[in-house]
Amino acid sequence: MVNNELKLHADLFANTIPQVPLRDGFGDAVVEAGQSNEDVVVLSADVSDSVRVAGFKKQFPERYVEVGVAEQNMAGIAAGLANVGKVPFMAAYAAFSPGRNWEQIRTTIALSDLPVKIIGSHGGVSVGPDGATHQAIEDITLMRVLPNMQVIVPCDYEEARKAVLASVWNNKPTYIRLSRHKTPAITTAETPFEIGRAEYFWRSEQPRVALIAAGPLVYNALEAAKQLEGDGIGTSVLNLHSVKPMDIVRVKEAVRDAGAVVSIEEHQILGGVGGTVAEVLTQNQPVPQEMVALHDHFGQSGTAEELLQYYHLTTEAIVEAAKRARSRADS
Amino acid sequence: MSYVTEADITRIQVVANDVRQSVIEMLARAGSGHLAGSLGMADILAALYCHVLRHNPDDPEWEERDRLVLSNGHIAPVRYATMAHLGYFPVEELFTLRQLGSRLQGHPERNALPGLETTSGPLGDGLTQAIGMALGLSMNESDAHVYTLMSDGEQQCGVTWEAVMFAGAHKIDNLTGIIARNNIQISGSTEEVLALEPLVEKYESFNWNVIEVDGHNIEMFIDAIEQAKHTTGKPTVLIAHTVPGKGVPEIEGDYRWHGKVPTKEEANRFLAALTQDRKLASVS
Repeated sequence: MVNNELKLHADLFANTIPQVPLRDGFGDAVVEAGQSNEDVVVLSADVSDSVRVAGFKKQFPERYVEVGVAEQNMAGIAAGLANVGKVPFMAAYAAFSPGRNWEQIRTTIALSDLPVKIIGSHGGVSVGPDGATHQAIEDITLMRVLPNMQVIVPCDYEEARKAVLASVWNNKPTYIRLSRHKTPAITTAETPFEIGRAEYFWRSEQPRVALIAAGPLVYNALEAAKQLEGDGIGTSVLNLHSVKPMDIVRVKEAVRDAGAVVSIEEHQILGGVGGTVAEVLTQNQPVPQEMVALHDHFGQSGTAEELLQYYHLTTEAIVEAAKRARSRADS
Repeated sequence: MSYVTEADITRIQVVANDVRQSVIEMLARAGSGHLAGSLGMADILAALYCHVLRHNPDDPEWEERDRLVLSNGHIAPVRYATMAHLGYFPVEELFTLRQLGSRLQGHPERNALPGLETTSGPLGDGLTQAIGMALGLSMNESDAHVYTLMSDGEQQCGVTWEAVMFAGAHKIDNLTGIIARNNIQISGSTEEVLALEPLVEKYESFNWNVIEVDGHNIEMFIDAIEQAKHTTGKPTVLIAHTVPGKGVPEIEGDYRWHGKVPTKEEANRFLAALTQDRKLASVS
């Protein structure tokens, strides 16, 4: 059942649950951050409205840097700003940042260990009609392979907001993944958030499959948990917003209790959330794992809903994967 | 009017000569590294550290220091050697270059050795970081100046021109670029690999102030740097014509020495060329 201690939305499964895009959480939080810390600066690559930095730009024009369509230069300038004591947030579409400027991020930010915050908006296929070129499905992998880099994949508006505010003070290079479309507001202002700590959003009395999810699909994992409970299969839903540093203790605990696991992400199957979970488990306590993810192909045009359906990134797909994982563990 | 005295020039030349000797010894011992560009930039590094930069070797992180960004990180040996001769760290440490655990990494790492400012080596990443530093220093109301050394080869990088366009458009004038125009890169002459000319006109059309100088004429170089510092409303780039391998006549201008190091015999021969009126050094 839903973990009430976390003060999630009171009526989680009602169709009245508010739908808000994660990128709004970033836009609101970065203004708050700017108010509380005068070293916070924002950079954008000709996408200030769509990555929601227009509010910051309006309030703090002297701390806003528009680089134009130049993501590599944006990374270098952000590194330079951090080098002299600033806390830069560089925001663009994830397909281009970190997609286009990976080497600049690697050398000038990660290897230099400078506290630049890389905001990758428009993650996943739910970007929709723009098609495969603009749908970042590799960004989690690209960022988590870099030493020093922290990687956060928030599940909703509030969590995106808290991740941004927490990252102001972590003094580390940090990647925060956002998405474009409206998704359910699972958490509330009171829900605890700490970088590196995973929380159970759902825990049946006897979990027999652990559903480990990151991003807006956490909501589908919760729906799947409810449905599976009805089918007599207890689960736990672990919200793994911090892909790096990962809460290895919690992941191991969830998997030990359940004996089977499903990883869930709107991302490439290679090297993302599922890959990370698999790396941890094979080194500790291997159990059958099913992966709900994009299976080594690109997206295409369509509405967000159509694409999530087409690529099996749905509640039903999670239910089926959980049953497969359970049956593999039983056999 | 000149910004430098005869005595200053002599001191800079002596330091540059010491630096060249150290570079040859360092590379010969390390067994790998980039010789030609390092020797070619010794005069400029010595002039910057001895006369131009506001800095303190005893306090490399002094907040009010001018920033020197080395974009072409492969010539790290000449920066390390200049820093050591100016007192940042013991000269003996130079011989740890490229060894396991050394603070003197093959390409510079800002967290390895205080005073390096940035991590560099992947070409094109220097000017963009220098712009960020210049912007941040302005926001902090600091009057520190940012200098960026670049190679001519990295003028072929896309990100270099993203940065050039940004600095010109934003009229960033607490920033000075210095291009070591030595006409060589790893696989041949720059004009054969991918022609850079007309370079002056390229920078001017991006709204930069451009000054061409002889990178081995200390007085001319320092005068140009001062002109750059006093130019407001646009960034300045010095296109410093330098000779790769400068100081060792038998390799001067030869692109094959870009990424090559001398054998012990060659090193002794090169050092002899540099030490006509200096204490004889040798590689043991």
